[in-house]
Parts: sequence; structure tokens; C-alpha cells
Amino acid sequence: MLFELLGVPPQALFAQLLIGLVNGSFYAALSLGLAVIFGMLNIINFAHGALYMAGAFVAWMLLHHFGIPFWASLVLSPLIVAVFGMALERVLLSRLYHLDHIYGLLATFGLVLLIEGTFRQLYGVSGRGYPTPEVLKGGWNLGFMFLPNYRAFVLVAALAVCFGAWFFIERTRIGSYLRAGTENARLLQAFGVNVPRMMTLTFGLGVALAAFTGVLAAPIYQVHPLMGFNIIIIVFAVVVVGGMGSILGAIVTGLALGVAEGFTRVFYPEASATVIFVIMAVVLLIRPQGLFGRR
Amino acid sequence: MRLGLVCASALALLLSAGPSVADKSPVKIGVLNDQSGLYADLSGLGSVEAARMAIEDFGGKLFGAPIELVHADHKNRADLASTIAREWFDNSKVDAIADLTASSVALAVQELARERSKFAIHTSGATSRLTGDACSPTGVHWAYDTYALANGTARALVAEGQDTWFFLTADYAFGHSLEKDTGAMVEKMGGKVLGAVRHPLDNQDFSSYLMQAQASKSKMIGLANASSDTLNAIRQAKEFGLVSMGQRLAALLLFITDIHAVGLEAAQELVLTTGFYWDRDEKTRAWSERFNKRRGHMPTMIQAGTYSAILHFLKAVEAAGTKEPKAVMEKMRAMRVDDFFGNGGYLREDGRMVHDMYLVRVKKPGQSKGPWDYFEVIRTIPGDEAFRPMKDGGCKYVKN
Repeated sequence: MLFELLGVPPQALFAQLLIGLVNGSFYAALSLGLAVIFGMLNIINFAHGALYMAGAFVAWMLLHHFGIPFWASLVLSPLIVAVFGMALERVLLSRLYHLDHIYGLLATFGLVLLIEGTFRQLYGVSGRGYPTPEVLKGGWNLGFMFLPNYRAFVLVAALAVCFGAWFFIERTRIGSYLRAGTENARLLQAFGVNVPRMMTLTFGLGVALAAFTGVLAAPIYQVHPLMGFNIIIIVFAVVVVGGMGSILGAIVTGLALGVAEGFTRVFYPEASATVIFVIMAVVLLIRPQGLFGRR
Repeated sequence: MRLGLVCASALALLLSAGPSVADKSPVKIGVLNDQSGLYADLSGLGSVEAARMAIEDFGGKLFGAPIELVHADHKNRADLASTIAREWFDNSKVDAIADLTASSVALAVQELARERSKFAIHTSGATSRLTGDACSPTGVHWAYDTYALANGTARALVAEGQDTWFFLTADYAFGHSLEKDTGAMVEKMGGKVLGAVRHPLDNQDFSSYLMQAQASKSKMIGLANASSDTLNAIRQAKEFGLVSMGQRLAALLLFITDIHAVGLEAAQELVLTTGFYWDRDEKTRAWSERFNKRRGHMPTMIQAGTYSAILHFLKAVEAAGTKEPKAVMEKMRAMRVDDFFGNGGYLREDGRMVHDMYLVRVKKPGQSKGPWDYFEVIRTIPGDEAFRPMKDGGCKYVKN
């Protein structure tokens, strides 16, 4: 009855729900990294999208130049990009912690231009294709839709990583140091914890999450220099809706907005690019701290 | 009424014929296109290089002064493009603006150039409106247009029996125009259009749209988009099993740089229409190798077209002995486009350069001898058959 009212067959809705969850898991994994970095380091990392793109490109280079397969890249590429990220943090960002947010934002925006410009120069805007790993080719026919194996894998992998990160930060001893560091870094240092090193490692963790998502994205999308720029704006909206710095908020909001976007593509495709920002505006009006944010 | 009209035309004639001295000031050409966004590989700095080659091959000088070349990135924004075009025409003494990637930009600059009696040389914007309701007495449309793409690809596929279509359309002037022209061709050939879905420009995920295309149960999915949008749609259509379940894709606008980027594995067997392929004869190979040496990739039809159009324009200005628009346009129409691209093509009154188009099939990985060996020409479509007849365009500057 409801479906008849909507004028859309139920199969289409289930399919879009699933697709939305898959896309949402990308948003979740990316916004999680952003939330970790903002929550712990107080830096609005605009370069997050560029590092996601770098993760995808490093995977492509590993495959193309060294014949290293997807599965190894899934670990290697985040490590390589995280090392690069930590160097950035040491050299550049660590000098900005005590300044206003806008300095971090501008510095990381500059980094975006540098990183994207470099890849554009090397590979052109069309980028390169990355093959789907052999074991994940094909898919299941679920009756209401054809679900590619690889997309199912992405959903599971991204969610596993998201909840792993959440568990690490909220439920382990090291995680409790991290949270303590955001409350009062000097006190924590007095207890003998090396806070600057912890900050560097935290930034590395956030960057590794971005690069990991990039590797996951490589077989689905064309690996190209602008892929990060396309997605980063949406991810920022996710973080704002979820509440800046809230880990759980980033994960739940990422999934929910992915689904909202999927449904919009059925009912009014022209608005699919804007629906997330409409939701963001509404949330900001009603609850400026975000759905999961604390004042 | 009648008398008024006669007086007005006499006045207009007087005004336009005002300065009887030929305008022999230095010639300046601008290349305005996307140099950083999704269309940067298929036009971008490659088109700038092609323009530079045209000026060099012409001899570099006209009326005793060097020919100047300027270029700028419009980032696919019609507002930014208009600002740059205005500044070029009004302050920088630019005579002609070439390339003009993205149909939205092309339409905006067409109008600016028309108002100022300057030249708009379209080698990239695809919409067939440029020689239809938006035509201009000083606008030329060189390499291809949405009608020719539809005419080449849709005609061949419907004739094969692929008679039901669903479109994935980029939601701006170009996509709409391509969808409209292709849909009209499908119906004219006796096929049926089952529906269309519009996606934003520079979209990443096509899965939702592909589901809708799948649900339509059409035999063909027409991709009325370009560049990375088309590439992502092709990749994801394979991923979601549309192709293995029997639906076929028609990439209505695909460039050789796109094939290079996506790889033959994903692109094999696609049928498409192009205005140029580098490996067609001696002349195309010779020029393309020169381009490849300078840019590191083979030229697209836009880049080759930019060379051809600018060279022809310069020849016409030289032959006319003035930059006066009417005289130059007359020469451009009178002279055949005798280069590797035009192959004896000619410029029509509505601004369309009529030349042969090619229906090609993308090779399988095993058939290709190496990088850039991507197309097999299955049919040469004679120019007069490829492009929309002038009477159907509705260009108001065409005298019948």
C-alpha cells in the first residue's frame, strides 16, 4: 500500500537501501578519520580527501609498478600514506595546535592543492582504472537486485574498521589516554605520557583510515586526482550533522546520509547532490552542535 | 512597416560597412577551456598546444605582426568563462576564442562573441544548439556535435535491433542536448525511449541510477555524459552485472584519452562515434605523432579539431586581408578545410563545419598492438549524412 502510494516498487527501495548503506559506509569511514583528527588534535583536516585519493593512487602504483595485489595494498597503502601524514603533522600541523581553527583549515587546504596538483601533473585528470580483485568478481542475485561481491565486501570491511576504531578509542587504555589528552594535555603529560608523540600517532591513524577507504574505493571508481575533492565536501557535511569530533556520530550519520542520498536518487534524482546539505542546514538550525555532539 | 524595415537594414548596412579601411591590427587568439577539472585531459592544455602548433605551422605572423595566443581555465563554470571572455574581448583585444569546453560555457560565450562581432570557434562544447537556435554569424562549430554523435551511434545500434533505450544523463546543457538528439534518432529509426535519469555533473557513484536503468528492462543504456562520468558508469555497469545480464551500453561521447584511462578490459566492444582518430591515414598519423611528442599522449578529436579550426581561421584572415568579421567568414566558407582533420570539409552558413565522422568499435585487449591502438573504424559516415541538415536546425541567420 505504502509502495503504491510512493509509486516505486518495493524491490527498488530495498536495492536503494542496500546501495545507500554501501555508500554510507564510505562516508562513515572517511568522516570517522576526520572526527578522530578533529576530536583529538583540534585540526579541521581539509586534506582528508586528498589523502583518501593518495591511498587509492598508492594502491594503483603498488599494483602497476611492483605487482603487489589488492590484499597487500589494503595494509601497505594506509601505512605508506600514514607515514607521509605523520611527517606532515610533525613539520607543519603540530605548529598550529594552539592557533585558531582557521589556520589549520587554510594550511590543510594548501596541502590539498599541492597533493592534487602533483597527481594531476603525473596522471592527468582522467586517472587510471584499478581492477577488481579476482576472488571478489561477480555477485549474488538477491532477487530484488544484483549485489556485486565487491560492494558487499566494502560494506563489511568499512564497518569492521569503523567499529574497530570506535572500540580502540572508547574502550581501551590507550584510547582513554587519547581522550584524556583532549581534555587536558598538560595534566596527561605530567603523568608521564608523551603527548606530542601521541598526537602524531593519532594523526597517522586518521590518515590511515582515509587511505584505507581510498584503497577500498579504487576498484569501484576510476582512480583519479579529483576523487577526493568530490567526496570531502559531503564528508564534512556528515561530520557537521553528526557533531564535530563525535566518533559514534560520524559512523551513524555517515550510514544514514548514504541511505538518504540513495532514496533521493529514486524519488528526485536531480536533488541527490544537494540532499545531504539540506539535511545539514536543517540540523544546524535545530541542533547546532550536531546530532551526537556535546556542547 | 515595410519602409521602416528597409530603412533599418540600410542603416545597419551602413554601420557595419562603416570603416572601409581593412583592419590589419595584430591577430590575437584565446583558448578558453577546462584545464583542471574532469575535461582537462580531453581539451585542456592539449588544446592550447594544438593552437600553438597551428600558429607555428601558419608561420607565426600575420599582417607583419606575430600572432598572439592566450589561454585560461574556466573550471567548467559559465559565469567565470563569461567574465574571462568579456575581459579578453573588451580589454585584451582578443579576436577569436577557441575550444570552449562544456556546452553551458559554449552557449554563454557564443552570445558574448555575437554581440561584439568577435569569433567563437567551438571545437569542444557539443550541443547542437550552437548551430540551431543559438547560432551566430561569427560562431563556428568544428569537431562534432550532439546530433552527429546520436546520428552515428544510435542509428547503427537501432539498425542492429537494439531498439529500446534508457538514458543516464548529465544534468546540464550538454547532457540534455545529447539525450534529446539521441532519443529523437532512436524514435525516428522506429525504436522506443523507455525513460531517463539525470545525474549531477562529476558524479562518483552510479549504482542507484544503474538500478533504475536495469529496472527499465531496456536493451540499451545510453550514456549521455562525458569523461569520468562515463568511465564510472561503464565500470559500475559491469560491476552490477547489467552487461552480463544482456543490457548493452552506448557511450554517446567518449574520447581516446578516456579509453586510455579506463583500459581496454572495461571499454572493449563499445561502439561510438568520433570526429577524428589518429591512426587513420598517413596525414593523421604524422600530425598526431608530432602532438604526442609535445604532450605525451595522442590527440582527442577536440585537440585535433582546435588545430584545424585555428589554422583555417588564420588562412581565411590572410585571404580576406582584414579581420573584418563578414569578410573573414565569407573566406572561411569559400575555402575547403583541406587538412588531415577536415579532409576537404566545408563550413556551412549556420556555422557547422561539415566533415566525415567515424563509427568505431573499441578493440579487445588482445587485438590492440599497444598504447593508443584502441579503435577499429567500422564505418566512415560522409559529412552530409553525419550532421543535421541546415533546414532542421532553425538558425535564424540562414537565408533561404
